[in-house]
Formats: sequence, C-alpha cells, structure tokens
Amino acid sequence: MTRIAAIAVFWTCLLAVLYLLRRQRNVAFWPLLALSAILLFNLFFTPHFYNLEMRGGHLYGVPIDIINHASKVAVLSLGMTLVIGAGGIDLSVGAVMAIAGATMAHLNIEAGMAPGYCILAALATGLLAGMWNGFLVAIMEIPPMVATIILMVSGRGVAQLITSGQIINFNNPVLNFIGNGFILIPFPFILTLVVFGVTYGVTRGTALGFMIEAVGDNEVAARRAGLSAKTIKFLVYVFAGLCAAVAGLVHTSNIRSADANNIGLYLELDAIMAVVIGGTAMTGGRLYLASSVIGAILIQALTTTMYAKDVSPVVAPVPKALVILAVCLLQSERVRRYLADRPNRAQGRGNE
Amino acid sequence: MKRRHLTLLANALVLLLLYGIGGVYFKNFLTLRVFVNLLGDNAFMGIAAIGMTFVIISGGIDLSVASVIAFTSIFIAQTVHDGLHPWWAMAMALCLGWLFGATQGWLISFFELPPFLVTLSGMFFARGMGYIVNDVSLAIKHGVYSQTIRNLAIPLAKNVRLPFTAQCFILFILAGTFLLAFTRFGRYIYAIGSNEASARLMGVPVHRMKILIYALSGFCAAASGCVVTFYMQSGNSSSFVGLEMDAIASAVIGGTLLSGGVGGVPGTFLGAIILGLIQALISFHGNLNNWWAKIFIGILLFLFISIQQLLSRRLRAAR
Amino acid sequence: MRQEPLLTMRGIEKSFPGVRALKDVDFTLRSGQIHALMGENGAGKSTLIKVLTGVYPRDGGDMAMEGTRIFPSSPRDAEKFGISTVYQEVNLIPHLTVAENICLGREDRAAGIIRWKKVRERARKALARLELDDGIDVEAQLSDCSIAVQQMVAIARALDIDAKVLILDEPTSSLDEAESDELFSIMARLKKRGMGIIFVTHFLDQVYRVSDAITVLRNGQLVGEYSAAELPRLELVARMMGKRAEEVKRLEKRAAVTTKSGRKTVISVRRLARKGSINPIDFDLNEGEVLGLAGLLGSGRSETAEVLFGVDAADAGEIEIDGRATKVDSPAKAMRLGFGMLTEDRKYSGIIPNLSIKENIILAMQAKLGPLKKIPPRQANEIADGFIKALDIRTPSREQLVKNLSGGNQQKVIIARWLAIHPRLLILDEPTRGIDVGTRAEIEELIRKLRDEGMSLLLISSELDEVVRNSQRVLVLRDRNKIAELAGEDISEQRILHTIAQ
Repeated sequence: MTRIAAIAVFWTCLLAVLYLLRRQRNVAFWPLLALSAILLFNLFFTPHFYNLEMRGGHLYGVPIDIINHASKVAVLSLGMTLVIGAGGIDLSVGAVMAIAGATMAHLNIEAGMAPGYCILAALATGLLAGMWNGFLVAIMEIPPMVATIILMVSGRGVAQLITSGQIINFNNPVLNFIGNGFILIPFPFILTLVVFGVTYGVTRGTALGFMIEAVGDNEVAARRAGLSAKTIKFLVYVFAGLCAAVAGLVHTSNIRSADANNIGLYLELDAIMAVVIGGTAMTGGRLYLASSVIGAILIQALTTTMYAKDVSPVVAPVPKALVILAVCLLQSERVRRYLADRPNRAQGRGNE
Repeated sequence: MKRRHLTLLANALVLLLLYGIGGVYFKNFLTLRVFVNLLGDNAFMGIAAIGMTFVIISGGIDLSVASVIAFTSIFIAQTVHDGLHPWWAMAMALCLGWLFGATQGWLISFFELPPFLVTLSGMFFARGMGYIVNDVSLAIKHGVYSQTIRNLAIPLAKNVRLPFTAQCFILFILAGTFLLAFTRFGRYIYAIGSNEASARLMGVPVHRMKILIYALSGFCAAASGCVVTFYMQSGNSSSFVGLEMDAIASAVIGGTLLSGGVGGVPGTFLGAIILGLIQALISFHGNLNNWWAKIFIGILLFLFISIQQLLSRRLRAAR
Repeated sequence: MRQEPLLTMRGIEKSFPGVRALKDVDFTLRSGQIHALMGENGAGKSTLIKVLTGVYPRDGGDMAMEGTRIFPSSPRDAEKFGISTVYQEVNLIPHLTVAENICLGREDRAAGIIRWKKVRERARKALARLELDDGIDVEAQLSDCSIAVQQMVAIARALDIDAKVLILDEPTSSLDEAESDELFSIMARLKKRGMGIIFVTHFLDQVYRVSDAITVLRNGQLVGEYSAAELPRLELVARMMGKRAEEVKRLEKRAAVTTKSGRKTVISVRRLARKGSINPIDFDLNEGEVLGLAGLLGSGRSETAEVLFGVDAADAGEIEIDGRATKVDSPAKAMRLGFGMLTEDRKYSGIIPNLSIKENIILAMQAKLGPLKKIPPRQANEIADGFIKALDIRTPSREQLVKNLSGGNQQKVIIARWLAIHPRLLILDEPTRGIDVGTRAEIEELIRKLRDEGMSLLLISSELDEVVRNSQRVLVLRDRNKIAELAGEDISEQRILHTIAQ
C-alpha cells in the first residue's frame, strides 16, 4: 500500500514538474517528457521496476541503478554542454577519462601515493588535456572537431603508457568509494549533483555562462561588443577536460581497475547525444545544464528498460540510433519550418 | 597543385624515414614480403579510408564505416552459412552498403543535418543491425573462401604471393584515384568541399552529389567488409570498433583537409601505409608497446594538421 | 542599337519572408550595350540578378531572351539560355586550379574520362580571349592568385560558354585602377562583338566611362531607365538617394543649427589608414557634436568607422584622445577608451539572436566589467526595463528573444547596449537601415538628445537627408578618400551631392 502511495506521489510530482516546465516553455520539458514516457511504460510493463528497498542504509532499485549508471555520461555532458554551447565540440573526453583513471591507479599502486593526491593528480591531467584542446581551438584556430580528434586518437595511447599496458587493479577504500560508495544514494550520482552545482555556479553565478552563450550564438557580434572570444573558448575546453577527469575517476573506481583500452570508450558520443537530446543545438548559443543531465539519464533509462524487457542487449544500438535521428530531425530547420507552417496552411485552406 | 605535392612529399619522407628505421634495426624489414604483407594487412582499413577520403574532401565525415564493415562481414558469414553463394552474398552486401550510405547522404542533404550526428546515428544503427543478424563470430566455410580466394593470389617472387586482399586494395586505390582525378564527379567533390555556395552558383548539383558521395563511402565500407571476410575467414558483428578513426587518421595524415576541398587517394594510401608501418615496426621490435603507435599517430596528426593550418592562415593573412 | 531587345524583364516580383525585395521591376538590355544597374544597399540589384540567373525563382513577371519567354531554374539553366554571370565577391572554388575553375562542369571528356590537356588548352584559350597582357598560369591554385586574377578567371569562365548576356556584379570593388582599366577594355571589346553586358557597380566614374544606359533601383522598385549620355551625374546621385532632380534643385538649406564654436575636441584622428579600406584620413570629433560621414557605398564610410573602433586594425596613423596618442587594435580596447559602435549589419555583427533583450542590452556593459563581476539580476532587469521604456522598445517582456523583434526594435536594443556603457563617442553606422518611419524619427530624436547631453557622435548613413538633418559637421568621402569637410551653413544635400558628383 505504501508503495502504491509512494508511486502516486512520485507521479504527481513528476507531472507537476512537467506542467511547470511546459508553462515556462523550458527546454527540459521535452527530454523529461520522453523520460516520463519510459517510466510510464515501465509502470505498466516492468514488474518490480519501482521497487525501492532500504538495505543497510542504502537505497536499492532499478531507478537507482539508472541514475547510478547515468552518472559518468551526465558529468561528461555537463562539460560538453559548455563546449557545444560555445559553438565547439570535444571528441577527446572519452580518451581523457582513460588518462585520468590510469593516472589515479598508477600513482596509487605503483607510486604508493595517498588517495587524495592520486585524485588531485588525475584531475590535473584532465585540466592539462583541456588546456591542450583549448590551445588548439582558441589559439591555433583549428576547427574543434579536427583539433580534438588528435587527443581522441592518441589519448588512449597516453593512458596505456601510464599503465604500461597493464590493467592496474587497486583496492583502496577511498578510491573504491568514488565509483561504488553510497550515502543513501549512490555516490557517483551525488558527485554528478556536485559537478552540476559547480557548473551551474560557475556559469550562472558569474557572467561566464552568458558570455559562452553570446560567443556560441554570434561570435562576430560578441567580439564587437568587447568579449574575448578566445579566452572563453579556451576556458570551456579546460572545463570539459576537468569534467572528463571526474567521469574517468568514477568509471575507473567503479570497476576497481584502470583499463586504458575500455574506460570511457565511446562515451564522448553518448555525452554529445545527451547534450543534443537535452535541446542544445550543435551550432551552439544556449546552455541547458539540467536538460543535458536529464538527457544522460534518458539514454540510460532506455538501455536499462531494454535489458529489463529482455530485449537482447545486442539490439540496443538501434533505438539509440533512432533517438539521435529523431532529435536531429526535430531540430532541423526544414522540419521546423514545415511544422510551423502547418497551422498556417491549414488556416489558409479554411479561408478559401 | 604545388601544395598538394608538398604534403605527398612530406608523406613520402615520413614513409622513407620509417622504412629507414626499420631497415637499420631489423633485418628482413626491407623485403618484398614485408611490403606485400603490409598491403594485405591494411587492405580493409585502406579501402574504408578511400571512401572516407571522398566524404572528407566534400567537407563531411562518416563515422559509420566501422559498423558497416562489421555488419557486412557478419551478413556475408550468415547468408553463406544459410546456403547463399558467397559471390551473391557479397553483391548483396555491396548493394546494402551503397543504399545505407545513400540514405545517410539524403538525410544530410535534404534536411541539412550535421553529417557528424547523422553518421553517428548510422554507426549505432549498423552496429545493432549486425548484432541482429548474428551476435557471435561465425566462421565462413565455403570453397570460394578455402580455395578460390587463395588461388587468386599472384606469385611475385619465390615464396611471396600478392594476396587477393592486397589486390582489392590496389584496385580501389586505382579506381579511387581515377574517380577523383579524371572524372567530373571528382571535380564536383572538391568544389562542394571547398566552397559549397560557389559550387551551387557554378551549377554543381550539390544535393545529388552529396547522396552519391555518402553512397560511395557506404559502398567502400561494404567492400572493406568483404575484404575482411577474405582476411579473417569469418564474420563478426562486434569487431573493428574505432576503425573509423584510423580511416580518418589515414586520410588526414595523407593530406586530406578535414575542413574539405583538399586531398586525394594517393595521399590516403600513403597515410594508411604509414599507419600500418608504425604497427609493423612496433611488432618487429617486440619490446616496444602498442600504445606508442597511438601516440605516434597522434603526433603525426598534430604535425600535419598544424602545418596545414599555418599554411592556410598565412595565405589568408597575405590577402 | 534600335533593334529587338536582347533581354527584357517586365514586372518582376520577388518576396522573401517578411520582405518584398522586388516590386514590379522592369529591365531591358540590348545587344552591344553596357547597361549599368545602380542603387544603394538593399535596392534589389543582387536580387534582380539572382532572379535573372535562376538562383531564386521569381514570384511574378515575365522574362524573355530575344523574344522567347524563359524560366531559368538554376545558374546552369540560365547558361543554356546564354546568360552568364560573374557574381559579387568572386564565386569560384579556391582549392581548384585556374583551369579547373574555368571548366568546372564543362570538362572535355572521352568516355567519361576528363582530358586534362584539352581542359588546360580550353582554359588558356578562354583567358586568351580576354587578351590579357600577363599570362595567367592555368595550373596555379586559384587561392594563390591575386583577387584581380581571380576576377579575370571568373570572367573567362563566364565567357567560355556561348554567352549573349554577361552579368558583372560589382566586378571592380576589389580591383585597383590599372586592373579596372584592363577590365573595361575587355568589356569594350565584348560590346563590339555584340554582347549585352549588365554592369553593377557603385563607382560613378566607371559608370560614365563605360556604360550606355543606366537603370536605377531603390528599395526594390524601379526608379527609371536613362541613357548615360543624357543623365547628368548630379541627377544620377539624386535618384539613387531617392530624390527627384527638381527636388534637389529646390532643396533649401536645412534649418540652420548654430554650431557653437569653441567645442572641446575629444578625439583627433591623424593619418589613419588601412590598405584596401581607407586612405590616410584626418578628422576631429568634438564634444556634444554629431559628425556625419557622407558618401556612396564603397566610399570608405563604414571602413573608417571599423578602423576607428578597432574591428580592423589600422596599418598607419594614430588616434589622439585627450591629447594622448593611442592605437586601437580591438573593440575591447576601443570600449576601454569610451567608444561604442552600432554596426552596419545588424544580423551579422549586431544582435545575438537567441539571447533575450535584457541579455543583449547588458552585453557590452558585462564585457567591460569582466566575467567575474556579474551584473546582479535585479540591476540587469532595471537597466533593461529602463532602456525599454526610454527608447520605447516594443516588446511584451525583457525576456523576449531578440530574433523575434522587428528590425527597428532590434536596432533600439543595440543602441541601448551601447548607451549602457555611457560612451563618450558613439559610432552609428546606418542606424536607420531597414527601419520604419516612426522608429526612424525616434532614433534621430535620440541622436539629438545624446548630442545635447555632450556625447560625441559619428553618424554614417546612406540617407543623405538624415546626415544633413543631424550633423554639425560632415565629412564627404569618395573612393576611400576624404574629399571635403562641410560645417554649419555649408551643410546641404545639394552641396554634398555636388561634391560627390564632381
């Protein structure tokens, strides 16, 4: 009975949020609506989906798994939102995850450093990687996709260099906690919320977010209004590198080993997807941080639901493909014009 | 013209350098056999890179090639397993690759969508379709594979035979070079990549061309998938993840500009051979590790990209 | 000359979403005629040409070549009818060679194989037809060639087909005098061969040197077609600026605005120059004064402003502020000196379309403060609301996206952006372009108010009356040079027109 009540309360809240978002014409409405559709489907067709349990002070259940697994991509997508918002793209974040994870594991196991220093060093590698990308894009003026491919291709090599090609296993309570810990809810998700808070604070607490949007939307006009487009572009890549390092720590800690070949593999694409699903156009100009996080959760919910429905995991890429295509089409000028014209055309016919 | 030759020259220099290093440190490195193996081992990646070259010259990108290769290999393995003759299976796979690419091209051109996202979606789609055909590795047992393909190898010297895969690679290099250098289709690809708006004003049928370009890339990827089955004697829907990056790297190192308008198949061929040579050197060395290949490729990419960037910037500044 | 016209266009109509670009335009071209098509920005010249060459389908009207109705659907289609075009800003393929550019889409082939030898020969022949003195290497990459050579290549390409009509859209804007001369002798030869040439330019000298007939467009409408020999220069300028000739003669001096002498000079510009945009220029900007810049398109009026604001760095000369010489190399630097600039192209370099009115207004102010000193939301709202009220920006809320506003209101938003940083010099490049009459009056009123408050303003406009009404002094520019400086009583439309037409 309490469960049914809880579900009812949850859905009431969800619907209220949806209603509010719709009224404010908030972009987050669309990804949240899609997420709700998946949750609704599960309400009827997946038994035990909503079963949440408290065990030893930890919350367990499918929804918890979803937000747990979505964390890596969510953190990545926050950095990616800034990069795409400024009119760029960063293909190297997956490789940077591997570098950060490798650094952490290597320093802990081979150099015997304290976990705190390992984590700091790993974050520093992310910072460095981001500065490299920022240098190529902002100073060298190489198109972002071209510039970040360099690190995408060679980054994993660097990570393997650090681990000497080994899979470094570690077992340190602090390091394990990052990817597996619980404080009522999974620690990776808490970390996501923290990164979200920091990103939000940095972009909205200062004028940086506004400046990123201005540069991404119309760089020429922004420069004529006195903005330093170079500095802003440089900074977003540095931030994306930092986010990638955090995501890399989570992934590495989660599997308790640094596997340079597989950590963060293809996650740059998931992160881009999450951002695009969140409503940020690839052409830049707007930052929708919360919406990107919802996008990341949506991707994971879709995957988890398919697992739950025993859809063979091998088919999973197909719906993913269709989702990207659908979002692309919805954002396409041509389709939008058609959708916008339809009521007019219908009216036109009515008048005749 | 001159600049194009400059990057080819730089490529040849890198190639000579790598060969020189190989020759100094390892005996048997400067033999015909090593070179033939280099051709054969890199044939499937090279063929995909040729398709990629067309797309990149036109100013686009195709992330779907690795998935299409994997799909083709499992498609052929499965249909042959189900009793279809291999040649028919390959013909069907080539058609599918062509159609798949054409669909991507149509979406990109008609809806003005970013090629990156469309082909990303295509990448997931083809990968999933491959898994649907069969999600385990499937050996191909047929006379064509066990006999015919092997017999097609051309003896070049004592104990050295040019395998059929290498022959396919050479065929694609020649055809691709010809297509880019000696047909109107080729000129149109350069025109679109260099300045799409001008190309339109000069009467280039941009929409149709884009569909054709991506179709061609899909076709090359499917052909590469066929070559893979000769090479591996099996099909596998989960292999070659990330191969599209090698293809892109080959093209870029070979002097193809990722922003479009510049490049060529001979350059891509050199790029692919350079990548293969790096791998070969590392495996010859034995003690050097595989990751150096990635780092070295990254350094090469950086060098070639920044040289081209500086060249084009100086050119702009001069005006 | 009095035979059947080569090309006739009658009642041509063309609309784009929100704009009627061509309204009932007629145009007639005879063979062996060089016909100049003239008009200020937004007059519809380029649109008319794009309709003629099939880039845009026409919404209404008729087109005929030698009496046969035609409906070109693409540039290539137009070529089949014998209409060949050299578009504005050389539309060629930079990465291909000269020969490839000339022959793109027309390569000689045998069984689908391009015969490069023949292509190169054909390209050489096409260039030879222009009788150029210095040989152009047909195998050179186009982007390595000078703009002048690129222009010749574009013309060679246009003439490579059997064209009866050649369209040259501003072909001389990037050529120097010798290069232009070369082009004119080519045009003369083509004319002799009976080709009809449509020549779009904004250089008056050139029009009178080469053309036989002149058609003037203004705001998408036909002003008239004239014989070049019978249209005095003054009248041409007047018509382009939207005045009747009689009107020009009758134009009275404007209501005298007494120029208070002894105004403090704020900024002195000394020998400021930039290659390809302006020749060395001197002028002073005074406190509480509007300095007008008058001249036709391409005279250097906008270029002067851009160099002053640091958009394009100057190669020579200096700017003296309060007696101290400085260099302005970026807009950020100009803003630190207290400059603001409303740019000419609102869409390209003015508005940030997907940001709100509020954000667009506080942009320059925030840029000046730096990213860390965020303007508190409440203050931002106050600033935005203040300007929305003061400038009467018509919008339901300050959160409205700027792209959804009308042109006039967008312009007010950008003016507000600059007023928010309290500049001592405000540069206004075409502040009333594409704006309705009511808003126009409001903006002029604002200019006067700012001047009275002691601000220094630099006003650039293609609307002569606007410059005359609002300026205390006027610089007249022609061909990138300052040719006169008028003050007080001397400022009149007639005087300016005469000066330009001299």
